[in-house]
Amino acid sequence: MDLWINLWIKLGVSLLVLGGVLNFAGMQAWLERKQSALMQDRIGANRATFTVPWWLGGAPVNWVLRKLGGLGILNALADVLKLFTKEDIVPAQADRFLHTLAPWLSMFFALVAFAAIPIGPPVELFGRTIPLQVADVNAGLLVVLALASIGIYGVILGGMSSGSNLAALGGLRATSQMLAYEIALGVSLIGAVICYGSLDLQAIVERQGLLWWGWLPNWGVLLQPVGCLVFMTAALAETKRVPFDLPEGEPEIIGYFAEYSGMKFGLFFLTDFIEVVLVAALTTTLFFGGWQVPYLAPDGFRFPWGGSLPVSHLGYVILGLVAFTVKVVAFIWFFMLIRWTLPRFRYDQLMHLGWKVLFPLSLLNIAVTSVVVVLASR
Amino acid sequence: MTRLSDQLLHRIRDAHKRRKLSWWERTYLPAIAQGLLLTSNHFWRNLGLHIAHRLGLFRGVPASVTIQYPDQRRKTEPRLRTRHRLTRREDGTPRCVACMMCETVCPARCIYIVAGEHPDPNIEKVPKSFDLDLGKCIYCGFCVEACPEDAIRMDTQRHDISAYSRDGMWLDIKELLAPGSKKFTEPPERFVQLTLEEFKRLPRAPEPPPPGSDTPPSVVG
Repeated sequence: MDLWINLWIKLGVSLLVLGGVLNFAGMQAWLERKQSALMQDRIGANRATFTVPWWLGGAPVNWVLRKLGGLGILNALADVLKLFTKEDIVPAQADRFLHTLAPWLSMFFALVAFAAIPIGPPVELFGRTIPLQVADVNAGLLVVLALASIGIYGVILGGMSSGSNLAALGGLRATSQMLAYEIALGVSLIGAVICYGSLDLQAIVERQGLLWWGWLPNWGVLLQPVGCLVFMTAALAETKRVPFDLPEGEPEIIGYFAEYSGMKFGLFFLTDFIEVVLVAALTTTLFFGGWQVPYLAPDGFRFPWGGSLPVSHLGYVILGLVAFTVKVVAFIWFFMLIRWTLPRFRYDQLMHLGWKVLFPLSLLNIAVTSVVVVLASR
Repeated sequence: MTRLSDQLLHRIRDAHKRRKLSWWERTYLPAIAQGLLLTSNHFWRNLGLHIAHRLGLFRGVPASVTIQYPDQRRKTEPRLRTRHRLTRREDGTPRCVACMMCETVCPARCIYIVAGEHPDPNIEKVPKSFDLDLGKCIYCGFCVEACPEDAIRMDTQRHDISAYSRDGMWLDIKELLAPGSKKFTEPPERFVQLTLEEFKRLPRAPEPPPPGSDTPPSVVG
């Protein structure tokens, strides 16, 4: 009986996380168009709409659809419809099984990585503590990093199984880029782990709720500014988006998914968006307090200037969830801003940045952090 | 402000005396921050303006440079030469007297007039048919300059001319007298000859929008 209840609870939490992630990823197709349009003084997508017959709601539904179409939201739907109805081509030279497996592999591991990320404080419901985290692993950070690096397999399989030299070269390019930045990504986090003394993401988030001198939140970005910068740069390179989009380069460079069409290509595309959400969620969790709201303790707000405001337990949980969502959305916006502002790196510049700048910087960060932590604990 | 090509030339010529970047500049962080600030300023300004426009505020400040073409038109200059039209007398017959001046002066030879007798002895002649091949026309405006009767004008403010074939670029006298009356799907007609009575029964096209306006020209019927 207890097992079944636990199973249902896990299912509910995972559906919550999965639904949220997939929706954020899908809406990025819209955000990408609209945000780039606003940044470049354009209007952007505003025409795609459809009407439903009267027996599906008629005029009021059509009014809403017209408004949504005017905002360009229905373009994302039209995109998916287009991708689903396109011919699915597998080249004659390709390995049929691996060619089909690659996009799924790439998306699956990007999605599974979310399991270790806490999206809110533990809920006390009917005398039961429910962690708002799909997999409550005590080495959550390692799980996320491991799953993120397995994502490379999707890319390299996509390139190698296509039976095309250009796609294979694209796959190799992608692999060497992702390996180069994987190292900086992992090493840059060691500083944060030293500071918090834990690999458990929930514990890391809880420790970021502490206050320095009674008013400054103990967020990772303040403890580890260099680590945060290196992590965000390396993570951006992992998502293979614009300043680092040499593996893909849809308009002109032939990437590892050159031989993909239809929804398989769409899956690679969706993986990019999911990875952006993943990176935004990780940055939030590790460096920007996760679901913590500044000055919000489990029993209510305690402001440093003396005031206090009691908040019920449910309110505390909801505030935590909202804070996490707002932070993640803000980071997705920020990554999109970078994507539409900076030009693409040259390949040697990319390797230079990865191996000669970010990697030594993250090592230096570990050394300085360790010395400071040891001296401070004396 | 020198031209861009000059600037680029200077940059190549003076490459050896380019300023050394400082350590802080070589991290490129300030430049990246500047760029992000610029684009995000545009983003928030335009987002605010779009929301304000929805609420009916700041209508005069555009939030984008886009002209939504079929719905909005670019403001035309008053001197712009657009598609031709033939002006009409009070009774609806063409003002043209078939003097052949425009057909003679036309450097592209795209005007074809067939002249006929006019019953009124005060009026020299009347065109039985007046055809203009827009596929050949070079929009020089000589026909308007040459016309002694102010019978042909290039002020319809129509410049969105397109067709699936060369035949579709052909304007007969019915379309020239009433711009916008021919349906897009109708097959083209050549050398349509009309009598005076038929001229009077042609639909009256609304006056074209004044030069310099941004409203699209209306369609007959």
